[in-house]
Amino acid sequence: MTLLSVRDLEVEYATQGGPVPAVRGVDLDVEAGETMGLAGESGCGKSTIAHAILRLLPEGTRVSGEVLLEGEDVLTMSFGRLRAVRWGRAAIVFQGAMHSLNPVQRVGEQIAEAVRIHDAKVTDAEAGRRAGDLVERVGLPAGRARDYPHELSGGQRQRIMIAMALACGPRLLIADEPTTALDVMVQAQVLTLLKSLQDELKLGLLFITHDLSVLRELCDRLAVMYAGRVVEVGPAASVFREPAHPYTRALAGAFPSIGDPDDRRSPGGLGGDPPDPQRVPAGCSFHPRCPARFEPCDRVDPSLYPVEDGRRAACLLHEPSLAK
Amino acid sequence: MSEAPLLQVHDLHVTFAGRQGLGAGLLGRRAADARAVDGVDLAVGEREVVALAGESGCGKTTLARTIMGLERPRSGRILFDGQPIGRDGLRAYRRKVQMVFQDPAGALNPRQTIYESVAEGLRVHGLHEGEERRVAEALASAGLRPPERFFLLYPHELSGGQRQRVVIAGALVLEPRMIVADEPVSMLDASVRGEILSLLLRLRDEFGLALLIVTHDLGLAWTVADRVAVMYLGKIVEVGPTEEVLTRPRHPYTRALLDVVPESGGDLTGRKVLAGEPPDPTNIPPGCRFHPRCPEVASGRAAALGQEERCRGEVPALREIVPGHFAACHLA
Repeated sequence: MTLLSVRDLEVEYATQGGPVPAVRGVDLDVEAGETMGLAGESGCGKSTIAHAILRLLPEGTRVSGEVLLEGEDVLTMSFGRLRAVRWGRAAIVFQGAMHSLNPVQRVGEQIAEAVRIHDAKVTDAEAGRRAGDLVERVGLPAGRARDYPHELSGGQRQRIMIAMALACGPRLLIADEPTTALDVMVQAQVLTLLKSLQDELKLGLLFITHDLSVLRELCDRLAVMYAGRVVEVGPAASVFREPAHPYTRALAGAFPSIGDPDDRRSPGGLGGDPPDPQRVPAGCSFHPRCPARFEPCDRVDPSLYPVEDGRRAACLLHEPSLAK
Repeated sequence: MSEAPLLQVHDLHVTFAGRQGLGAGLLGRRAADARAVDGVDLAVGEREVVALAGESGCGKTTLARTIMGLERPRSGRILFDGQPIGRDGLRAYRRKVQMVFQDPAGALNPRQTIYESVAEGLRVHGLHEGEERRVAEALASAGLRPPERFFLLYPHELSGGQRQRVVIAGALVLEPRMIVADEPVSMLDASVRGEILSLLLRLRDEFGLALLIVTHDLGLAWTVADRVAVMYLGKIVEVGPTEEVLTRPRHPYTRALLDVVPESGGDLTGRKVLAGEPPDPTNIPPGCRFHPRCPEVASGRAAALGQEERCRGEVPALREIVPGHFAACHLA
């Protein structure tokens, strides 16, 4: 059974300025042991998806569709069941580790707390021992469990967040920009750690980031989002090598290859800006910025059409009856 | 380069006083000073684009701020056009050298219109003549066309990329000869970055501006820079033409930085990632300051070449390895 299966997810935030559609019909699958990348720019809806999967969105947000975690719909389950599923089946690591940890509690105790919440029978000593094991598992000396968050560096705190996410043995780990605030070298350390934990524990990993270059080497499959929709999805290597959607191509071009003379002094990029979610253009939402747009793009809203290598792209260039 | 460079930095040192707790202060104890910039030489020529790269905490932003006159150096000299900066006050100098900061939202006053924000520099410098024309030209040069459409807008009405263009227009309005840009695109979305970088390059071509771009991103350096300087713990450890430094790096630290740049088909588990955290400028290791993290020392290669003792005890000078390409490593 597919570990995570998101079907026709729509999310609309309620704001003073009226409803804001953030996710406009997304399908997404993550298999056990697979790393799925979710890429896109700020405001494209990728973090909203992460929050919707664990029902962490603010009250009043309209959510429809299905989020099937091992076949069970998270969106309709009882709150008691949801509590067991959060942490126990699926856990999430956020961007700012500093703000997610309690500043006046030792990090080991915070991990032990997560262990205890899901296993009421565990003794304090046992919870503490497991917390120590988890701290070692994420590559820190067990003694660091006695530190307070401010005594740790940003990278070490992010490791603690990962240890906490693993505390209840989840099958799915959602990482929402987990390395964005970190320095390049520390970012590489944390990515290496995530990859090895994923291999070892056979986790399904949903890795969300704006940085396409990180996903290039981390992910098996990749979905690229624009304006609340998935515009291209497929095996990560082929999405990079030969992007089928003009947006993916532009995004990939924004991350130069060092050593490639073609990338010298010719910064890749797109004119314009991502659309305001309340004023998404008609037709293909990307058409005003698209270098490859043609006649029907401003009126026909593309769905995901199959491309080679098991890829799909939401671009009319690949629409069977229009394609040349 | 036949003539003298536009900007020259000689043996610059900037230190920040160590923090002192009340108890320790009463006992007369003092924390060590942080040597944020610890002996830097750097030159930027006319029309030249130089990238200053390194991890956070390496001193690159402090160096940029000191060049702008925002921090006072402990020792060393900064010459602009052959003249020491700040001799006749910083005002005249700041007309010629403008800074663009990382966060365009924070650099603009949210209650000021775009026109006011761009005109502010002119007013500070007492340039009242033709204000409207100058503002319009600066906005147009920064790619905001037609400029009049933006005059009465407020920052929140613009996108991130447009705000960064306004910040750049605010620098251009004084017709500077050089722009120091601290991480100019790191807060922007990927698809917008390219446009801002193209703009910076066009300013060099059209107005002959020199650019010093501070960045942690070597990919960005590859895209725009003529030369790259790599900084580690307050010192420049490698500097030279971009193609040289980024494709034939001589310093193990530059190689380590390049190793963690994600590459297509790269193998995440196979690459060398330096362990540990960026080191502490209050406690700079003796000898080569990189030696405690250096893969060449750890692997025993430095010892095999009979250099390990020097790595641990002797500060390596920045030596010219091939013409124009300098590295501060005993093994280079």
